[in-house]
Amino acid sequence: MNAPIAALNPAHVSYVLRIADGSLILAQRLSECCGHGPALEPDIALTNIALDLLGQARLLLSHAGALEGQGRDEDALAYWRDASQFHNPTLCELPNGDFAQICLRTFFYVAWQAQLWTALSASKDAALAAIAEKSSKETRYHCEHLAGWVVRLGDGTADSHARMQRALNYLLPYTNELCVDDDIDLAAAAAGIGPLPSSLNDAWTAQVQAVLAEATLSLPASTPFRSSGRRGQHSEAMDYVLAEMQSVARAHPGAQW
Amino acid sequence: MSNNKEWPLWEVFLRSRAGLDHKHCGSLHAADGAMALQLARDVYTRRQEGVSIWVVRADHIHASDPTDKAALFDPMADKIYRHPTFYELPDEVDHM
Repeated sequence: MNAPIAALNPAHVSYVLRIADGSLILAQRLSECCGHGPALEPDIALTNIALDLLGQARLLLSHAGALEGQGRDEDALAYWRDASQFHNPTLCELPNGDFAQICLRTFFYVAWQAQLWTALSASKDAALAAIAEKSSKETRYHCEHLAGWVVRLGDGTADSHARMQRALNYLLPYTNELCVDDDIDLAAAAAGIGPLPSSLNDAWTAQVQAVLAEATLSLPASTPFRSSGRRGQHSEAMDYVLAEMQSVARAHPGAQW
Repeated sequence: MSNNKEWPLWEVFLRSRAGLDHKHCGSLHAADGAMALQLARDVYTRRQEGVSIWVVRADHIHASDPTDKAALFDPMADKIYRHPTFYELPDEVDHM
């Protein structure tokens, strides 16, 4: 966008940054799998998804930096913020675990993104709407690919079913955070920048539950547990993710390659 | 016969643009056709190589035996009359 953009609303920057950080941190986690997939082909597939998420993160971080107007570019935002300044949902930063957990975590998040991109296409922030439009095509494929794995493994052998069920029991509580509104969301929604997370809940739940049912998985009892990554309070995993992602940039500030 | 824990091999054919033929581009392992199509997309169309994908299980392809090559194909070497090169074509007809 060449038009001068000023964020009249500080919530606008935070709202975009949260979306950016979710893509960035999940991309980093998926990148860790590169070369470790169960076979060559799904390894490439997961790495492609990591690259798509990184592409989203770059566009969103650049946009957030422009909105903020303090001269921070995508690299400044990715490499020079500390954990408490990241606002991704905790779900994105959790350790990868086994292939079942990798697939289910990624499915949960990309299914949420799918709802988000659809709603963002009506954003008054034209750049954000354009990023959502571009990302939605990628995300549609991510959902299909990962839902396929969730069903194959859930409705697979006794071992794969047990692993997918374990992943579900572990991960589902972390999805509570995805659809809860706070002041930033309320301000952004009031300004027409994007949807309230709570407004995405029904469609996300329907999409996810259909896949879990097809995968013959049983839903664990709901829990009041709520993670707090979107507020900048992260799990212990977050510092490890950032250490790996940021150490080279911080050891060689301004390096070009 | 490989053991049944191995994913079968699939041959992948890509159409690079509308109107062109699907061409063989490689092979991959996948559990079934749906997975083979997805993985073909991820392995073989990362740089916009295709607009359409076919996958065929490799063991469904019946292929000629390379050792039969002489019997099958050499007899055609001296039958140039099978090539339509003896017709006079009008200039307007290009690229026959």
